[in-house]
Amino acid sequence: MILVYAETQDGKVKKSALESVYFGSKLAALNGSSCVALMLGPASDGGKLGAYGAAEVLHAADEKLASFDTSTHAKVVAAVAKEKGAKVVLFPDSANGKSLLGMTGVLLNAGVVSGVNKLPEALSDHLVVSRALFSGKAFADCSINSDVAVISLAGNTIKPVAEGSEASVTAITPEIPEAKTRVLDVRRTVGTVPLPEAEIVVSAGRGMKDPSNWGIVEELAEVLGATTACSRPVADSGWRPHHEHVGQTGIAIRPNLYIAIGISGAIQHLAGVNSSKVIVVINKDPEAPFFKAADYGIVGDLFDVVPKLTEEIKKLKSAG
Amino acid sequence: MKLLVAISQTPETTARIAFKDEGKAFDPSGVNFIMNPYDEWYALVRALELKEELGGTVTVIHCGPAANDVTIRKALAIGADDAYRVDITPDSAYVVAQQVAAHAKEQGYDLIFTGKETIDYNGALVGGMIAGLLDMPFISHASKMVTQGDKMIVTRDIEGGEEDIEVSTPFVLSASKGLAEQRIPNMRGIMSAKSKPLNVVEPVSAEAMAVHTHFTVPPPKSAVKLVDAEQVDELVRLLHEEAKAI
Repeated sequence: MILVYAETQDGKVKKSALESVYFGSKLAALNGSSCVALMLGPASDGGKLGAYGAAEVLHAADEKLASFDTSTHAKVVAAVAKEKGAKVVLFPDSANGKSLLGMTGVLLNAGVVSGVNKLPEALSDHLVVSRALFSGKAFADCSINSDVAVISLAGNTIKPVAEGSEASVTAITPEIPEAKTRVLDVRRTVGTVPLPEAEIVVSAGRGMKDPSNWGIVEELAEVLGATTACSRPVADSGWRPHHEHVGQTGIAIRPNLYIAIGISGAIQHLAGVNSSKVIVVINKDPEAPFFKAADYGIVGDLFDVVPKLTEEIKKLKSAG
Repeated sequence: MKLLVAISQTPETTARIAFKDEGKAFDPSGVNFIMNPYDEWYALVRALELKEELGGTVTVIHCGPAANDVTIRKALAIGADDAYRVDITPDSAYVVAQQVAAHAKEQGYDLIFTGKETIDYNGALVGGMIAGLLDMPFISHASKMVTQGDKMIVTRDIEGGEEDIEVSTPFVLSASKGLAEQRIPNMRGIMSAKSKPLNVVEPVSAEAMAVHTHFTVPPPKSAVKLVDAEQVDELVRLLHEEAKAI
């Protein structure tokens, strides 16, 4: 059985939970086992995980699990995994998933692999999974030779599809260890999709010349339903907030479409974005190294090209 | 405050990544190695700042062969008081975590720092494993930490934002960008590092349960399709019809 940690936020399942459950169900199908989702803390819409492949949804709704404490969540997941005899425990490769992964592995005496990036073609005696490393500059197969495997799923690995019907949600009441940490405050940018979950990212660099010029980037992002990002020098000089910084020392992302505007493409920047499915580069310098990593490119003045691009996409969208 | 920082060694960020023995091992030829930036710039420096604020000691621990002593000496030059090198090839996160946890159990630390991940394997596993082995609280992706009475308030990065967490020692923390500012070792630091204790210890037995068996590099990207700056509509058509990205 594959146990999936279905992440929730503000009482709803997250996109990463749909991806993890869908991936978990496909993994389970390889050897005829089943995928069980586990939700911790108050949440109202767990039933829909059934449509994405969960045979069963377990829900520990205790208020004590509402805020995140690594030890508490890891201990509850491990206890449920043991009780149900899970062979694989799957987390999303999110901030909380990453935080839980190593500890849960220790508690289950399990081999751990983070950032699994594709569905194995078949299952043998040992689970063998693929992952990216060196910030996307290489890939590796990992073999897990313990009875139980604990893995995390890289974002945007699989597009979750609702193929089944709602599942019934089973309330469970596991023993909840006292948390030794306390969440005092959570601050999130509202209204935008967080970068690691974004399907389209519009990113800009020093070529923008001044932070006051960002309007054209934001307009392009808006018509595309994209999340904005930036290069390291832009974040370091305070033009844009640090949580927008993508690259090797910022956030590594792998959206379906990455549009880089006025970014030269230093190797450290490429490392964080080169797993994007389609890369578009707009730069006035034809020698910018980013063009070598791009699928499509325009050599031109971004102040001219970007507003035109926004207009053309508007036309496309209105043509339906 | 008795502080421990686990440091690892990685290829520098601009290194050419290649593999040898038919993809079974990393090819280190021509590669410069550095202290993992998350360990050096953020974890180690924040530990030093904490020592300056509250008093105490900063110890670094590293798993690796004698050739890596140069990385450990750099940590001592930046300001760590002493160091331990566990004489073992760090071939899995679990094996490393076992070594650090065994050392910490014996010595007793108030706070254990790691980087949020290494820039080579990007595993982000060691910190949580150490915390699990020691049954200590774990706070990942810490970008800020302030002391408040006998407690600490740690800010950690989450998707699209951050959260503040109150915690008491002992605990394990993984350092993200922003936790501290990089420090360059000065001549006095470099000289004094030579006489600081670097203890070499034998590993405890630990078995890797997950191993990287085969490495590949991505195939070279096909050449970029350039679109004329006067034909932005053509780019939109390609993205829509060919790439199906919009």
